[in-house]
Amino acid sequence: MPNDSLIIKGGIVYDPLNGVKGSIKDIYVKDGKIVEDLSEEAAEVIDVTGMIVAPANVDIHSHIAGPKVNSARLMRPEDHLRDPLRRKNGLRSGCGFSVPTTFVTAYRYLLLGYGTVMDPAVPPLKARHALEELEDTPVLDKGIYILMGNNNILYYLLKKGDKKSAKLFAAWLLKSAGGYAIKVVNPGGTESFKWGKIFNSLSDDTIWGIKPKVVVDILNEVACEFKLPHPVHLHTYNIGIPGSYKAALDTINAFKDNRLHLAHLQYFCYGGDSWATFRSESVKVVEALSNYENITADMGQVIFVDTTTMTADTPWEFTLHKLAGGRWSNSDVELETGSGIVPYRYRMDNLVNSVQWAVGLEIALLLGPWRVFLTTDHPNGGPFYFYPEVIKWLTSADARKEMIEKIHPKAKKRIYLHNIDREFSLYEMITMLSAAPAKALGLKEKGHLGAGADADIAIYKPKGSVAETLSRVEYLIKDGRVVVRHGEIVDASYIGRIIRVDTGVDDSALSNEVRELFDKFYSVTFSNYKVEDVYFKREVVKRVV
Amino acid sequence: MLKVENVVCPFCGCLCDDVIVYVEDGAIKGVEKACSIGRSLFLKHREDLSLPSIDGRETSIDEAINEAVNILRDKKHVLIYGLSSTSIEAQRKALELADLIGASIDQTTSICHGPTSLAIHQTGIPTCTLGEVKNRADVVVFWGSNPLEAHQRHYERYSLIPKGMFVTEGRRGRKLVVVDVRPTPSSRAADIFIQVRPGEDYEVLNALRYMLKGGKLDGEVGGVKVETLKSLLDIMLSAKYGVIFIGMGLTMTRGKYHNVEAALSLAIELNSHTRWSVVAMRGHYNVSGAGMVLLWQTGFPMAVNFSLGYPRYSPGEYSAVDLLRRKEVDAVLVIASDPVANFPREAVRNLLSLPIIAIDPKRSLTTMVAKVVIPTAKVGIETEGTAYRMDGVPIRVKKILNSIYPSDEEVLDRIIAKIKGEERNA
Repeated sequence: MPNDSLIIKGGIVYDPLNGVKGSIKDIYVKDGKIVEDLSEEAAEVIDVTGMIVAPANVDIHSHIAGPKVNSARLMRPEDHLRDPLRRKNGLRSGCGFSVPTTFVTAYRYLLLGYGTVMDPAVPPLKARHALEELEDTPVLDKGIYILMGNNNILYYLLKKGDKKSAKLFAAWLLKSAGGYAIKVVNPGGTESFKWGKIFNSLSDDTIWGIKPKVVVDILNEVACEFKLPHPVHLHTYNIGIPGSYKAALDTINAFKDNRLHLAHLQYFCYGGDSWATFRSESVKVVEALSNYENITADMGQVIFVDTTTMTADTPWEFTLHKLAGGRWSNSDVELETGSGIVPYRYRMDNLVNSVQWAVGLEIALLLGPWRVFLTTDHPNGGPFYFYPEVIKWLTSADARKEMIEKIHPKAKKRIYLHNIDREFSLYEMITMLSAAPAKALGLKEKGHLGAGADADIAIYKPKGSVAETLSRVEYLIKDGRVVVRHGEIVDASYIGRIIRVDTGVDDSALSNEVRELFDKFYSVTFSNYKVEDVYFKREVVKRVV
Repeated sequence: MLKVENVVCPFCGCLCDDVIVYVEDGAIKGVEKACSIGRSLFLKHREDLSLPSIDGRETSIDEAINEAVNILRDKKHVLIYGLSSTSIEAQRKALELADLIGASIDQTTSICHGPTSLAIHQTGIPTCTLGEVKNRADVVVFWGSNPLEAHQRHYERYSLIPKGMFVTEGRRGRKLVVVDVRPTPSSRAADIFIQVRPGEDYEVLNALRYMLKGGKLDGEVGGVKVETLKSLLDIMLSAKYGVIFIGMGLTMTRGKYHNVEAALSLAIELNSHTRWSVVAMRGHYNVSGAGMVLLWQTGFPMAVNFSLGYPRYSPGEYSAVDLLRRKEVDAVLVIASDPVANFPREAVRNLLSLPIIAIDPKRSLTTMVAKVVIPTAKVGIETEGTAYRMDGVPIRVKKILNSIYPSDEEVLDRIIAKIKGEERNA
């Protein structure tokens, strides 16, 4: 039985949300929560003198589970063959690399000090699939974002001008699928690809005759009116192509008055008008964002590695398939969305890839740890277990210089990175990994060590550099249970939670018309559509108004 | 009489979820909307039940489980096989057991759509859900598949008859092409039937690809006139949204995964002109789910071996038929499947010489020869669970009646607990 009371004694505590910056103090844990005080007799005392104590990390955007991840696993057996993991100490076996198995995903996240991971792109019709995989991704707390930017019923209602029904439908959908946030991917673009067309815009008419901006505005209103803890999580248009920074500027301008999260911003900071003139325009995007504290972003950092790209932006994956050649998977999901998958290797000797690598670091260093969070858009930019590499580049200008010498020689003229001296401190790095993403997610019990917080605590042994220190935990406490001890996972029997939102919108709020659309156009009946409670064995429901 | 609506039929990969079942006195008295196979599944679910037994002698569930544990613990290389007709929950437990005892694990797909997985490894797959077929597909092609006999409501619910969002006319808004080696009830409903010489689908598919790329052919390919293929290609190119359904006529005939690879490549190449998807006509109601669980827990869809402590994938080596033919296993745990009835003779002969543990609600050839039989509650009638439709849509199957037996999941969980308990004592 795990001890339900812990005293974490003598550590050097970093708790950015509470302004604690390297003070030596004890942390008390009781019944899975952090408490003000505790008597020593009743508790297990863990002596962490000299070690760094921080809130467990939070990943705001990582494709770890669900239909498209599994399709990628099917497409890439060779990806697993080179990275097997043995069964040991009661842990399950599995395989890693770009699309790791669920257990391996959890174990590697735990060793990096993570307590919470969000999967950012789930079609509601297949939400059960994502939730089942997450049940096999133990210990971590998990949530899913529900894809809505190409939903046919939403477009239908908006075309009729019935904004009220559209908003109720979106709120119902979020609840029915067990989602935590609203996700929008290339609004109008995924639908257009079902017609064989490539569409990239916020202000042009989609095939429904509705402008994507109108859809995002409505979803922003839903996030606002229902007080969702996380705003619309937006993957905007024109991902990955020369000139994509204009889409970023357009998007920022269109939604500057709202709370918003821009997903994997790196891919939307490119200049040039062709692959030959591809360059970084991160400075322009950073300038546009600097006035809007209400907009956050994650990096989507690129790693020089063989990985798998996957996104609901199906026209982009098809374009990438034509560019890169080789395998391509696509899955169109009725009335809702689609997804595409293409294996991709980022190469240091490739000019475009070299610029991409620099852009991710530029936006993070220029905007700072409270605005841009560490992600690789796993596995799109590279597997998440390369985060320590990224931390190295963020915390050491010398490490970046060394890399700039290795990347494509022409890249230097097209990037800003070599002009940036900033090096994130340990405190800033911990902010970027835990406090800031928890805040952006509205997870009040995560990302800090104040009384009442979930006892999700990462403890690191100081090593030569910040990156080495943060590369593996010495201890990880999850909900008060010691999960990692002396750098090894000792207890992964516990399934972790699903964190979801209850908007309070039940079936009765849906109009007859919406029910009729369901009956006519879905291939499952209405009563078999909604995710049943059995999928939420341990959960936290955020009840919102 | 109790009327239960929107019941999910746990028979084939269509997973129809609109079935109505009438229950009285703890038994199913009536079924509506299901196909003839589904009706019989519900109405006869209390017939031919298996009984707990060891060496043919009736025993208790507990003793049967104990005997199964003894076998699984003592043997060096166990094969776990079946899985396609049980829930995700049970499949997850079966994998946990395989990992724990270092077994080989394979599912029925290896003698069915396994080659489809092998082809996807090579090319990827553009695919879609069945609702997209209903809403968008104006051309549907069934290749080596006979839905009217094997997936009886497929035409009616998903692929041919229904009026969809953008195919508002239903049947009249769709062109149906059937490609097969012989006329079938399904081909008689088709607008165009193309009869291919047995074993030459690969040639025909690649002829289409060749012509799509501008190649010129004349005469005939695979018994089909080139003009016919040309007009098929024109139909494919003129589709707004086309779907090819592939069946075992492609996967289990000469060429196997090469055939599927050709079909997938054709669909991928057609996407440079218009939209095409491919959907595999999966047989058992949760064979799709078995592949899903294997993929998320091991990274591979079938034929996985855990003897080195991590998952190794090798179809042809760790697939059930091949393990049995080479006599590489010393015990077999069969879950919700009947290999004695379905495997090649040589594999069956070797299987009969081994201790078999069969977990199955129903009597089968396999339970009749098994050393240990553990009856369970039928998923989708006597216990709930998740199943994945042929297009990967997960649906919750229901519990309608009670059973005196535990579920597959529960039995496997008890076996795992006992084996783990022994490990702790040792």
